[in-house]
Amino acid sequence: MSARPRRLAAPRRNAHLALRVNGEQLETSFAPYKTLLEVLREDLGLTGTKHGCELGECGACAVLVDGEPQLSCLVLAVQCGGRSVETVEGLARGNELHPLQATFADLGAAQCGYCTPGILMTAKALLEKEPAASRERIAEAISGNLCRCTGYQQIFEAIEEAARLMREAPR
Amino acid sequence: MSRARFEVLGKPRRRVDGRAKVTGQTRFADDVFLPRMLHARLLRSPLPHAVIESIDTARAEKHPGVHLVLTGKDFPVTFGILPVSQDEYPLAPERVRYVGDPVAAVIARDEQTAFEALDLIEVKYRPLETIATPEEALASPEPRIHDYGEQGNIHRLQAFEFGDVSEALARSEHVFEDLFFYEGNTHLPIEQHASVAAVDGEGKLTLWSSTQVPHYIHRALAKALQIPASHVRVIACPNGGGFGGKCDLHNHEIVVSRAALRLGRPVKICLNREEVFYMHRGRHPVLMKMRTGVTQDGRLTGMHVQTLLDGGGYGGYGAASTLYTGALQTVTYELPRYKFDACRVFTNKPPCGPKRGHGTPQPRFGQEVQLDKIAERLGMDPAEFRLRNVVKPDSLTANWLKVGSIGLAECIRRVVEGSGWKRKFRKLPEGRGVGIACSSYLCGAGLPIYFNKLPQSGVQLLLDRSGQVTVFCGATEIGQGSDDVLAAIVAEVLGIDAYEVRCVTGDTALTPVDLGSYSSRVTVMMGHAAIQAAERVRVQLAEAAAEQLGVVPDRLVFSQGRVFLAEDPGKGMTFREAVNFAEEKFGTIGAVGSYKPPRSPGRYKGAGVGPSPAYSYTACVAEVEVDPATGWIAVPEIWVAHDIGRTINPVLARGQVEGSVYMGLGEALMEEQVFRRLPPKLSGALVHKIPSLLEYKSPTSLDMPVVHTELVEDPDPNCPFGAKEVGQGPLLPVMPALANAIYDAVGVRIDELPITPDKVLRALEKKAKGKAARVGPESFPAVPYPEPVVVPPPSEGGDGNAVKGERPRPKRLEGMAAS
Repeated sequence: MSARPRRLAAPRRNAHLALRVNGEQLETSFAPYKTLLEVLREDLGLTGTKHGCELGECGACAVLVDGEPQLSCLVLAVQCGGRSVETVEGLARGNELHPLQATFADLGAAQCGYCTPGILMTAKALLEKEPAASRERIAEAISGNLCRCTGYQQIFEAIEEAARLMREAPR
Repeated sequence: MSRARFEVLGKPRRRVDGRAKVTGQTRFADDVFLPRMLHARLLRSPLPHAVIESIDTARAEKHPGVHLVLTGKDFPVTFGILPVSQDEYPLAPERVRYVGDPVAAVIARDEQTAFEALDLIEVKYRPLETIATPEEALASPEPRIHDYGEQGNIHRLQAFEFGDVSEALARSEHVFEDLFFYEGNTHLPIEQHASVAAVDGEGKLTLWSSTQVPHYIHRALAKALQIPASHVRVIACPNGGGFGGKCDLHNHEIVVSRAALRLGRPVKICLNREEVFYMHRGRHPVLMKMRTGVTQDGRLTGMHVQTLLDGGGYGGYGAASTLYTGALQTVTYELPRYKFDACRVFTNKPPCGPKRGHGTPQPRFGQEVQLDKIAERLGMDPAEFRLRNVVKPDSLTANWLKVGSIGLAECIRRVVEGSGWKRKFRKLPEGRGVGIACSSYLCGAGLPIYFNKLPQSGVQLLLDRSGQVTVFCGATEIGQGSDDVLAAIVAEVLGIDAYEVRCVTGDTALTPVDLGSYSSRVTVMMGHAAIQAAERVRVQLAEAAAEQLGVVPDRLVFSQGRVFLAEDPGKGMTFREAVNFAEEKFGTIGAVGSYKPPRSPGRYKGAGVGPSPAYSYTACVAEVEVDPATGWIAVPEIWVAHDIGRTINPVLARGQVEGSVYMGLGEALMEEQVFRRLPPKLSGALVHKIPSLLEYKSPTSLDMPVVHTELVEDPDPNCPFGAKEVGQGPLLPVMPALANAIYDAVGVRIDELPITPDKVLRALEKKAKGKAARVGPESFPAVPYPEPVVVPPPSEGGDGNAVKGERPRPKRLEGMAAS
């Protein structure tokens, strides 16, 4: 899936890293040039995070690093040592969906579902900072996440509804 | 099947696959990881047109970690998705036809190694003259991009005449002639195409792929690999957006399949974004000339449409796209006579193909803008003008399409009322305006892409003593919600909850054939098949349950997970108990259902493109604000009313309408797949101007207008529970409605898409200088359209056959004997 420029590699050795993913302390070993996106998907089996360009243009790969939305295709995994990474797999509590997940599923905010994980993570970060974010703020926050299916309207509504649920019953 | 009340249909519901999509569990093709999996990359041509003189792969093969290098010589057979266009090679053996045409493949232990090895492959090219545009293609018969087709670089020529249009125009009080141009654009699914091929324990091939059409891929892949189709299994993973871009058999799918068969190990490829732009198969750029006659009181008398399609480097679906540019002009407004000429040329650019609306958005744009001009000249309100001309239900069009139900008039009334049209049109202050347009689309293409008389959708049901209901169908989930439609229909018939139905779809080894997710066919065709299968099962359950209850089966009701007596709901049993009694009585419980569309009345050659079991209709009003200083166009609100027949899940239906508006907005205002020539010292090659998501401008969350959606329910007797399509139709009126709104706002006609600020400014400048306030094509090249196939329209006593002009089909390029 890589868009990496071609280059002839010198003999390489794996990097070893400890990082916290979705609250779980993990150790992993991977080729040192790999992005966080690649390590999550290919080495840690967390395929919920998607990719649409690997150039930081589509937002599909957004995850939270220390609570901030980051494009995981632009972050080298070796930069993430000791940091906390949250992906879509960490949103639900056991079998109970996060309010954003529930409203996205109920209100049509996920059509093909491919951009969904990135938008969910971006929205989560927004609502943690701004629990009553306006529609304008929501539109701004997800303007770096391209969705080709929905026309965004149902995404706005799902984020607003989740915000309402979270204000009423904080998790 | 009709019913007064529904328990599942029409109610807003979480889609059955919704939970997987929000938890990241939906398994797209690139999410498939298999033990011992290798990775493939393709080497693509940097030249738009060249002869391959030699390929040296020796160094790449020796590169550590490389398992296999493939080139054209490993693929002796051509392929193509249509039987008439077998003009592609998985890897080009001797000729490349666009920048990005694949010439070699490396299969290695990981992607990085494969990338490295690509650099070690030496290809010697001899550049050929490049054909950049349709005008060049028409003017340059040599060099021929392909040695088949009509002549020179003309791929297809078509001409049809339904009644004497010249005569109709000659006696019309007004004749309008307009030129329009619709620039090409691309699907831009956020999911890049990915495929994984593996050989199973029996030595047979399995391909997981981002495809909308597993059955067509299954068939074409077996042919390309020259192995029996019974030894090939294609699994269509849920698509991360399709929009028509995953309907061809693609080079990479054949390459990983060949590599897996050769190596005995799984092989994966995922295209990068740049490659997705090269693979394209998107909207054809189309130049159009439209001549339309009208009476003084606003009746259409006849129309002559000419189209010129820029096809790019290969055939693909292009033969069908060509016909679609003329197929559906007749199904919205009464048009007694109709003539249509079309031409598709080859150019050295990525091949074009089907994108949402396949071949029909381009002429729809022209037609609806021209109607706006006509209404203005006649001094009529364009909404009234359209209402006056709406096709009657249950009628035959001039080109022999059978229209069943038509909710277009109601759609027009709804958007007129919802938008406040009457107080806005020609009344808003300078810089603000509203525009209206309408459209129609197929609810499934009447014919498959290869000739056969078999069902076009099949559904199988399996029930077991646990009460579990599993439904199998080849239909493909591309985001539109086909699994949800399938579960909903089965659940409705069996009186159970939609979430009690397990869907197994898009797998050629497990599921009955469904032709795939294209031409908005799934709801109608799969829906009919699902109803048939579910009704057959219900008959068995009812018989067994009735026996137990000592009643007649006809009196039983299936509802809310129970089977009970209509007049005494207390007398009954659970659905699970009914399944058990049925299994006891009949053995294992299952049934199949299938569907084939009714035969179309058109009998002439070419009549296969356009027929459909039903047509959906849409009306759209767009409101715009145009800044005369910058030409910037803002779109605050759009109203859409769509004739959906019957809504299965309103959440999803609304999503399809809003997603269509979004995509239409992009096509109208910004999206274009365009090319430029490098300067001669940099090879003079024809390169893609913007093969990236950043530079290919598409609307973001900040660009979306408020969309008001109305679903008009007028159940169509040809459709399952009356349900028509909603995935493509609502896109079509958006572009012309915006163009017409821009005219209302600032009085300039932009007769080509996309309508960018520079074009608006140019038109405003012309207007200020007293020139024609229009930007658009100025001329139409001489195209050697053939003498038309003459088919008298139904109103003039025709029987659907041609009376003259049918010619032998052009020479086909067949890779090998048809399988």
